[in-house]
Amino acid sequence: MAKHVNIERRRQAIYGWLLLSPAMILLTAFAFYPSLATLWTSVFSRDTRRRPSEFVGTENYTDLFADPTFWKVVTNNLIYAGATIPLSIAIALVMALWANSKMPARSFVRTAYFTPTVLPMIAAANLWLFFYTPGLGVLDQIGSLFGLPTVNWLGQPETALWAVIIVTIWKEAGFFMIFYLAALQTIPEDLKEAADIEGTSRFTYTRRIVLPLLMPTTLFIMVNALINSVKLIDHLFILTKGGPNDASKLILYYIWEMAFAFFDAPQAAAMTIMILVVLGVVAGIKFTILDKRTHYQ
Amino acid sequence: MMQDAFVQLDGVAKRWNGQLGVEDISLSIPRGSFVALLGPSGCGKSTTLRLLSGLELADEGRIIIDGKDVTTAAPSERNLSMVFQSYALFPHLSVAENVIFGLKVRKVGAAERREKLHRALEITGLLGYEARKPGELSGGQRQRVALARAIVANQPLCLMDEPLSNLDAKLRASVRKDIKKLQVDLGITVIYVTHDQTEAMSMADIVVLMKDGRIQQVGAPESLYYRSANTFVAEFVGSPPMALIEGSALPGFERAAKIGLRAESLRLAEAGQGRLKCLVSECEFLGSETFVGLTHPAANGLTISMPGLQNIPTGEELEIDFADEDLHFFDADGNRTNHMKRVSA
Repeated sequence: MAKHVNIERRRQAIYGWLLLSPAMILLTAFAFYPSLATLWTSVFSRDTRRRPSEFVGTENYTDLFADPTFWKVVTNNLIYAGATIPLSIAIALVMALWANSKMPARSFVRTAYFTPTVLPMIAAANLWLFFYTPGLGVLDQIGSLFGLPTVNWLGQPETALWAVIIVTIWKEAGFFMIFYLAALQTIPEDLKEAADIEGTSRFTYTRRIVLPLLMPTTLFIMVNALINSVKLIDHLFILTKGGPNDASKLILYYIWEMAFAFFDAPQAAAMTIMILVVLGVVAGIKFTILDKRTHYQ
Repeated sequence: MMQDAFVQLDGVAKRWNGQLGVEDISLSIPRGSFVALLGPSGCGKSTTLRLLSGLELADEGRIIIDGKDVTTAAPSERNLSMVFQSYALFPHLSVAENVIFGLKVRKVGAAERREKLHRALEITGLLGYEARKPGELSGGQRQRVALARAIVANQPLCLMDEPLSNLDAKLRASVRKDIKKLQVDLGITVIYVTHDQTEAMSMADIVVLMKDGRIQQVGAPESLYYRSANTFVAEFVGSPPMALIEGSALPGFERAAKIGLRAESLRLAEAGQGRLKCLVSECEFLGSETFVGLTHPAANGLTISMPGLQNIPTGEELEIDFADEDLHFFDADGNRTNHMKRVSA
């Protein structure tokens, strides 16, 4: 009897491990191991022909902190995140509320909003290049109608980062809208009716009922937007290449440059580790503190 | 009668691109009454309620509430509260916040809000549940929160859209009594939608029976039961419903198209003495009595109520007897006609 129970228990354990293994193998091979390897690389010096790699501890990190370009890139990325996250979420919400209302050509509006998401980032960047090009671009053509001077949106340090930010918002908002739209459709119609009977204004209904019920979605979108603000750099390659004078350089682009243009893998690894730590901490805060204040159905 | 009507509908119609909504609804509801809109699903009873609430607007006709023409008024201008079938509670708000939501919207002061909340929760027996979310309540408790929300609004008219349909049978019976008591205590007018004729008959002062978007009969429960206006009413009201017999099957009553008979009017007869010979099709034991279903080639829905437990095998022949004065007569269109005297052949 006891033997039978033991076999059964072992069978259950094997079954459990089998279920676990695909995710474990994939995550280990493509997430855990690379992260640890990166951490390992970041504490060694650069391997050159004259000087082989040696353990340097935190030297790569202190070098980074002393690098003014690093701070410039961090500042850029903070501005980039600070602008793209709230703006794309706000625009997504407004578009979703509108696309969810009863109106003609509703599906056309939804499709139109979603189109930027379907485009590859590189294609989108080329499209925007056509908008931004000085003299020939759509923006300048419109500007010239009103007698405004030609602006090199991507070519001057004051506007380059913002031009890049606008492309990102344009790209992301439609994607986030889909999540909001899906969430809005799970809100029962009769909640609106119950509020109508009480004489609730549309604004109050949105603020007191709709927004709280959308909180889980907002949280999810915020985490995504945050990750994207670090991850989404494809358009930099087309639009500015981080220039002029690092004005639009973001941290991931800088890591790529460090690793594949300057061939300084340890520095790139050190930056990667810092990004991982920062993203991990922020995601942790969001899912613990904000989760408590969010209503899940 | 028309002057003291509290709620009045005049030839109200609502259509959805050709689809049947409601047609020619005229009703006059006195203040303080309990009105049940009764009918099978799709008969337009909920539509009528939504037209009254202002959640839908009528295509034709006029709606007057408390002397004011509200045909095109917004729901909030009609001074009414509503209890939804799904309760429509705000899932992220606590019981207390759900109940006082409307008061907050109308900018009622905090002290008054607290007092009204306490009273509404006391009436509905929800004290102590203030901080719970709807998801943490049972179906019956949620239903009472919906009632509390209607009570706290303190409106003279309360619309209820099948408020008991999501409750189990036992709870339904007790909540039914609570709602009726509440209506009497608060002196409000209640318009109550249901497909359950037991609910309508037991609670309402006035029953409005509808079918295919039209009113079939309006009246007190007993008048629907004892003087059903047509065969539809006869077959919808009562448990078991009225049996209908072809006039040609009853000697002396060949002039009537259909003849109605209630279960309690049927008596068992000695063999050879009865007026109809039937076969037993089923026995439904209810404790104090047994409904014995009978089949007869010219009759529909014949049921005889017998005391206590009866176990009559299916297919056994029974003869039944009944008095002429218990018969209901309907013409070829199914409408009620005057009582007929037996014509001897």
